Order: sequence, then structure tokens, then C-alpha cells
Amino acid sequence: MTLTPGARNAAFAFAVAIALPFIGHNGAFTNFLADAGAFVLLALGLNIVVGFAGLLDLGYAAFFAIGSYAFAMLASPQFGIHLPFWVLLFVASGIAAVFGILLGAPTLRLRGDYLAIVTLGFGEIVPQTFLNLSQFTGGPNGIGSLDQPVFFGLRFGFDVLPYYFLILALIALAVWVANNLRQSRLGRAWMAIREDELAAAHMGINTTTTKLAAFAMGASFSGLAGCAYASKLQLVSPDQFGFNVSVFILAMLVLGGMGNIPGVILGSVLLSALDRFLLPQGTNLLHGFAHALPSGAFSNALGRVDLTNSRFLIYGVILVLMMLFRPEGLIPSGQRKAELHSADLDARAAAAEGELYSEAIR
Amino acid sequence: MELFLQQLINGLSLGGIYALIALGYTMVYGIIELINFAHGDVYTLGTFFSLAILTLLGVSGVVTGPALIAIVLVTIVGAMILCGLTGVIIERLAYRRLRNAPKLAPLITAIGMSFILENLMLYWKGPSPVPFPDLLPKVQFGVGAVTIQAKQVMVILLAVVLMIVLQNFVQNTRLGKAMRATAQDKDAAQLMGIDINTTIALTFLIGSALAGAAGFVSGVYYGSTWFFNGFAAGLKAFTAAVLGGIGNLAGAMLGGFLIGLIEAMTTQFIGDQWANVLVFSILVLVLIFRPSGLLGEALPNKV
Repeated sequence: MTLTPGARNAAFAFAVAIALPFIGHNGAFTNFLADAGAFVLLALGLNIVVGFAGLLDLGYAAFFAIGSYAFAMLASPQFGIHLPFWVLLFVASGIAAVFGILLGAPTLRLRGDYLAIVTLGFGEIVPQTFLNLSQFTGGPNGIGSLDQPVFFGLRFGFDVLPYYFLILALIALAVWVANNLRQSRLGRAWMAIREDELAAAHMGINTTTTKLAAFAMGASFSGLAGCAYASKLQLVSPDQFGFNVSVFILAMLVLGGMGNIPGVILGSVLLSALDRFLLPQGTNLLHGFAHALPSGAFSNALGRVDLTNSRFLIYGVILVLMMLFRPEGLIPSGQRKAELHSADLDARAAAAEGELYSEAIR
Repeated sequence: MELFLQQLINGLSLGGIYALIALGYTMVYGIIELINFAHGDVYTLGTFFSLAILTLLGVSGVVTGPALIAIVLVTIVGAMILCGLTGVIIERLAYRRLRNAPKLAPLITAIGMSFILENLMLYWKGPSPVPFPDLLPKVQFGVGAVTIQAKQVMVILLAVVLMIVLQNFVQNTRLGKAMRATAQDKDAAQLMGIDINTTIALTFLIGSALAGAAGFVSGVYYGSTWFFNGFAAGLKAFTAAVLGGIGNLAGAMLGGFLIGLIEAMTTQFIGDQWANVLVFSILVLVLIFRPSGLLGEALPNKV
């Protein structure tokens, strides 16, 4: 069996991902991997909307919330409904997709930045509604003791490992779907719309259904992520799905490279690691450093710095710096690079384009 | 009925604050078609700057007589200058380079800027609400059972006065004309000898200064603020700008007062936990059904 280099890399990455929890072999690390995995899944979904179709969605966490709550309501003591997890996985994903269409259908006529604002508004409305409809959603407490998935008679339990493998399987599915979509007629239509909507429409692309498909597809991924994440956490509450989460996922895309699947995965793993390990470790390092210094105003100030409180400052700086200096992300997709730099008039951009053209000629 | 009238007064004063913020959104959008996400945070920064100035002046409670007018003027002008400069710096650092980039890039940068400002304020004042001194004496004007407080008069008055000054500036002065010309067509304006960069910087200066004024007023009005205050307020002000017709100064004013009224009425008659949901629903509905807003004209689809 021969594999393309891309598939070979993907298989290798997947094998590494399977091996990872056994290398560290501690619960906290596996827990981190599972959470990071959920965000990879979310980022892959947002990438379809923003990266492929060029529609800026600032309320993406809303679909994550909808998926989570769909699962929580249908598999918990809340209403005494206990549907099987594997069915709900697709139900949650479907419900999220339906909401994607419900939001998209009336709003997709809007220009890019208006669409961003509408999605932002939607992203605010959804968690607030969950918060306020306490008779259905448990209000600020959310819904707890969610059902654990059962796999061929095997209950998942409280060990994070099976959840990690579940999320990994969903990521594999998502990568496969996203990759096939990108090369499909629909995927090329998305990119055509992203580059120039008017031209795409005149080439016979139905922009409305194409954009709706992107919204639905992106939302369905986050429905899957929501379902898996909620079952791992055994709890949903409205404060997990704020604007911060939407921007966190967007920052993953921006960092890694919008429109590029490996880039998006890299970006989400990097930011998750930054969030979970680098900031606390960095804080400890600073505190240790402050301790070693002779006591004074500076070392006192250093001792009080808590980098984990600055996480959103750091995401903000990442967004700004990446947009200013490397809008194509760490691992750029060729098309994206060309698009982001073609409008730039400086010589560097011209050179990048030249490179791209020579690539095309080759 | 009295309840309704009371909420009308409350809504109008709330709306005055939104209107002042909305002017900045609408000006910036009008000239470079950017939703300046960081604008709401500049507004919160205005409250913090005002607080710093008041601390510097040694004011921590009610002031009366001519001293009150002097202190209010010094604080408000100081906050306006500091916020205006902040706006100019943000434009220079973050947005100018991206003026010709695809729309997505400056918008994402603006979100990043907003996060940066919020977290700088978090560092400055901490995560809990920061108290703001009661400057104005507790004077109330009663009409039947309806009371109007001094601070409410101040908000509405200030919003209207600044609005009139701004309208005059934009309509009648050379710089105002340059702004309008730049908003209409940057290239043509440049050919007419208008310095685009200066004009855009000026727009940010004025818009952010108005947010600074709103920040001072909101400090007096609410008696406290916190670092994250600008997010919701900014969104509501943006809703106001869209509702009135983005790019239209009078529209922003009208939208601001309407949003304030809607919020006050919702709080009173439906429940305050639904106020935000309702305002954002209005945003979504206006954008869908009348994206040009109440006073705006239909924008041609720029290709």
C-alpha cells in the first residue's frame, strides 16, 4: 500500500497521538491531552467557516454550547432522559448544524464585518439564554452528573484515557472530512467565495447554499466537540461558552495558519499547552527567580506576577502581532498566503507572490 | 405610568452614555469601515483615567459650588485627551499597517487590541469593581412621583452638547470636510490634497475622546466600574450605531437613546437578565432587515 506524503504524515502524527498518554503516564497529562483534543476539534470546525469560506464567526462557542447542552439535556437526570451516547453524538452534532443554518440563513447576505458582529451577538445570546432558562438548563449551576459513554458494554468511568481516545477518533474523522471537503467541489466553491464573492457568484456558484454548508459543517464539528467535552467533564454550565472561548479558538487558527489543517492543529495544541503548562510554569519560574533576588521592590513585584491571569493579554498580543507580521500563520496555506499578501504593496509581499507563481509554474 | 416615566428618564440617561460611545464607532466605521472592537475598552479606560485624575486632584466625595464645575471640566477634558491619545496610538500601532489588507485582518487585530486593553486594565485596577467617588450633590428634581437626578441631567446635557459640537465640526470646519471627503472616497480625497493619515488619526482622536467623556459620565452615573465593563457597553453602543445607521452621527445619537430606553424598559418590565439578550437580538434583527439603520442610506455594495 502506498501513501501520499500527506497521508503518511497524518498517520505518523496519529500514531504519536495514540502513544502520547503512555509516555507521560500521568492523569493530569492525559487530561490536558483530552482537553487540547477537544479544542483541536473545535478549531478544525471553525477553520471550515473562517479558514475555508472566509466567514468570520465570532460566536463559534455558541455551537459548542448548543452541542454540550443538547447532550446534557438528553443524557442526564435533568429530565430523566438517558439516550445512548453514540446516538447523541450525532444528534448533538445535527442540532448544532441546524442552529448553524438557522443563524446563517438570514445573516449570510451581510457583509463580512457585519456578519462577524451578528455571530458575536448570537454568541452572547446563547449562553445568556441557557443561563436564564433555569427550569430547563439548571441556570448558573448548569447540568451535572451526565451519563458516561458505554462502549460495547464498557463504561468509560472517570479515567480520562477513554475520553482522550474518543476525542482522537473524532479528530481523525474531522481531519478526514475536512480534507476531503477542501478538495471537493464544495471546498473549492468555499475558497472561491473567500477570494472574491462576486466573481464566484458570476461563475455560477450559489453563494448562499455554499456559505450555509460551511456554517452547518463548522457547527456540526463543534457539536461533536461539545458532546465529547461535556461527557468528559460530566458537567455543562453557561460560563464555559463565553466570547473568550470563541476568541481563544480564533487565536488558534490565526496562530497556526487559517485554512491549513496541520497549521490549525498545531495552533490549537500550542495555545492549549501555553494555557495549561507554559503560563503556570513560567509563573513558577518568575517566582523562583524573584525568590533568588535580594528582596526589594522589583523582586516583590516579580513575585506577584501571575502569568495565568494574563492569558487573554497574551492571546490579544498573539492576534495583533500575527495579523501585523505573519497573517498567514505559522504553517501557511499557499492560497491564504497569496490572498493576505496580494493587497499589500510592500516588496516582501511581492516576493512571496512571485514565489507562489514560480511554484505554480513548476 | 409613573414607573414608565421614571424608566423613560433612566433610559434616556443610559442612552446618553451609549450615544457618546456610538459616535466613536460610527465615525471610525464611516471613515475606514472598521468595527473598532477596542472602542468599548477605550470607554472603560476613560472611567479609569477620570478616576486617576480625581485621585490626583484629591477629590473623593461630593463637591459643591464653582469648585464642582472646575473639577468636572478638568476631569472630563483630561479623560478626553488621554483617551483620544490612546485611540490615536491604537490606530498607529495596530490598524494603519492593515489599511489595505483584507477585511478579516484589521477586524481580528481590533479584537486583539480589545483583549490587550482589557487585560492592561485588569493589571491596573484588579478584577473587582472599582468604586468611583460621588461627585455631584444628591440633588433631585421631582415632577410628581418621577424624580430626575442631577447626574442624569448631566449625562443627557453632555451628550447633546458634545453631539452638537461634533456635528458642527464635521459639517462646517475644514478638517470636518476633510473627514467627510475621506469617508466618501479615500483616493479622490488624497488627490484633492487631503492628508489621509492625519484625517484618519483625527477621527480616532475625536471618537476616542468622546468615549473618554462617556467613561467619565458612566463613572459618575454608576458609581463604579470594572475592567470588563467595556465589552457589553461597547456591543450595545455598536448596536446603537447600527440601529441609527452606521456612519451617520445623528443616527448614532438616536440609536444610543433608543438602546438605553429599550434596556431600561426591559429591566423594569421583563427582567434585567433578559436586557442583554434583547439588545443583541435587536442588533441581529436590524442587521438582517435594515442593515442601513433608521437614518442611514443604503450602502452601495463596494466591490
